[in-house]
Amino acid sequence: MSALDLSLLTSILTITLRAGTSLLYATIGEIYAERSGVLNLGVEGMMMVGAVSAFAVGYHTGSLLLAVAVALIAGTLMALIHAFLSITLRANQVVSGLTLTLFGTGLASFLGQRLGPGGSRLVGLVGPSLSRLPIPMLSDLPLVGPSLFNQDILTYGLYGLVPLAWWYLYKTRPGLYMRSVGENPQTADAMGIRVGANRYLYTMVGGALAGLGGAHLSLAYTKGWTENITGGRGWIAVALVIFAMWDPLRAVIGAALFGGINAVQFRMQAAGTTIPAALLNMLPYIATILVLVIITWWETLRKRIGAPGALGVPYAREEKG
Amino acid sequence: MRIVFEKRQEVSRTIRVLVPVLSLVFALIFGAVLLLLSGVNPLVAYAAMAQGAFGDVHALAETLVKAIPLMLTGLGVSIAFRMLFWNIGAEGQLAMGGLAATWVALYASRSLPGWSVVPAAILLGMIAGALWAAIPAVLRAYLQVNETITTLMMNYIAILLVSHMYHGPWRDPEGYGFPGTARFPEVAWLPRIYDRAHAGLFLALIAAAILWFVLQRTKWGFELRITGENPKAARYIGINIPRLILVAMLVSGGLCGLAGVCEVTGVMRRLQQGLTVGYGYTAIIVAWMSQLNPWGVLLVGFLLAGLLVGGDQIQMAMGLPAAMGLVLQGALLFPMLGGSLFAEYKLRIVRSEPQDAVLSHESVAKEAK
Repeated sequence: MSALDLSLLTSILTITLRAGTSLLYATIGEIYAERSGVLNLGVEGMMMVGAVSAFAVGYHTGSLLLAVAVALIAGTLMALIHAFLSITLRANQVVSGLTLTLFGTGLASFLGQRLGPGGSRLVGLVGPSLSRLPIPMLSDLPLVGPSLFNQDILTYGLYGLVPLAWWYLYKTRPGLYMRSVGENPQTADAMGIRVGANRYLYTMVGGALAGLGGAHLSLAYTKGWTENITGGRGWIAVALVIFAMWDPLRAVIGAALFGGINAVQFRMQAAGTTIPAALLNMLPYIATILVLVIITWWETLRKRIGAPGALGVPYAREEKG
Repeated sequence: MRIVFEKRQEVSRTIRVLVPVLSLVFALIFGAVLLLLSGVNPLVAYAAMAQGAFGDVHALAETLVKAIPLMLTGLGVSIAFRMLFWNIGAEGQLAMGGLAATWVALYASRSLPGWSVVPAAILLGMIAGALWAAIPAVLRAYLQVNETITTLMMNYIAILLVSHMYHGPWRDPEGYGFPGTARFPEVAWLPRIYDRAHAGLFLALIAAAILWFVLQRTKWGFELRITGENPKAARYIGINIPRLILVAMLVSGGLCGLAGVCEVTGVMRRLQQGLTVGYGYTAIIVAWMSQLNPWGVLLVGFLLAGLLVGGDQIQMAMGLPAAMGLVLQGALLFPMLGGSLFAEYKLRIVRSEPQDAVLSHESVAKEAK
């Protein structure tokens, strides 16, 4: 390969990573919520609120740490609404999650028009952003160095979060409890595992991570607040959970695919391609449907369903028989 | 001491009525707090919203413009929800309906007699919406593929396709580079009633009447209801569930497609940005708040459209974010969702917690492996 091809590859990898970061945070969060049995379709709304609150706090205080922390809390609080409705009040999870998305989108848009200086708009303002922190030595590696080791702190955070999320889910006792309340809450309850508390916890973890994903969008990816900043990423995250078959490691592949298509398309447009951008943009969605069809077909053949058995089903102790 | 839910002997009708009322009060209070925080007198803002949405004939006409797509997609979504098919794809089905109608209006209209253009657009638009819905329906009915995700993904594909068409092949050559098709010929205009309010209203009324009749009075409607309420019983009495899913989704997608037809032929009279503005998602709220009752869909669709128009109005008149309408919708639906539980259950406080069946953690770990 020539030097030009290598630099092209590096640049695609870099954009893939930057575009995939927010997706991966949100996806891992949703994997945790769904593993505990709670389907939360409010990811888009939680990301929106995370993005607007992170940018507003960063703009007014100048503190990125505070900005990220507030986004995390905002996402958690949004998820708490869904948790209360769907776990305690046993509301329909599909409708509750959708409402959360509508509400979050509206709230973020409302705040975006009021949280600027003196009640003005946030759109177009420049605030502090997460800068790239090249890791000495590693960032000089050929090909992968400049892309993998010259990123912002939230992207680096994923390098720790992904293996941690996988290990916690499969190798620890709380992880086992999480899976068991999602798989068979009746049995879990009989064994003394607190179904409601577990579901609350992981729904809120999901919200916190979606909030972080949103923060990455407004603090690093687009560096500012715009209406519709998430552009459907929350929904893609919901699809990625299935694509990943509820496994944090496989989520990386999915997020890389979606982020990668962004990157390739960005490059191709720069190169003046004749393939319509819209058709390229469709690929991830078509791929998700195909993957879903294939895994469903394969799993019905093998009776190895990856979906948590009680996903989306409220649990009520007295409703036996 | 803890709190438990106890099933009521029968569903409480008082609470059924009380929940929407209290939810509205809650939403208004929540909105008032937001408005107060942004330094606006909530009463003034609410009055402006109500005035802007229902105040005079022009306002009502504008509310109807937004109500028609909400009613049609709401009806479409509710028929799918009846049998617990989570059709989140109304937005995409609407887009495909609009796309097919645009093709009829721009191209087929040349070789069709003038009177037949609008009916042809309606027919083709409904077919396009139905076919778009048929893909996830077949996948779910015969391969058990989760329809929530597929319908959702289909939305993005449809929206991208539509945007590609009016940015590229169908773009108006005389449009000075503005993305959008040429204006439709007059034969392809859906008649208007007043201002921009169009005959789609009658289509929605007819659709609601037919749906109500079919659901209440026909064998098919009975099968649909029994499948939603008790799939096991439905299978036991020999209902062909896959076929039922398919037919219900064809109807559902057709109605959503019709909404798209009305948008392009009745409101915009060309295909351009603004066809997919989220009606298909709000439709889910409409369907749910109306408890899947066709007449309820019309009423709720009208009221929610009022919130949207009212939101636009306070943006224009008072410089307040139009998103206020969306926020109020959310704040309205949350308590409604939660409150519906209390119609079937009541709260009871239990003194001491029974400590039965608590096993050690080790046995849990073993069991799960």
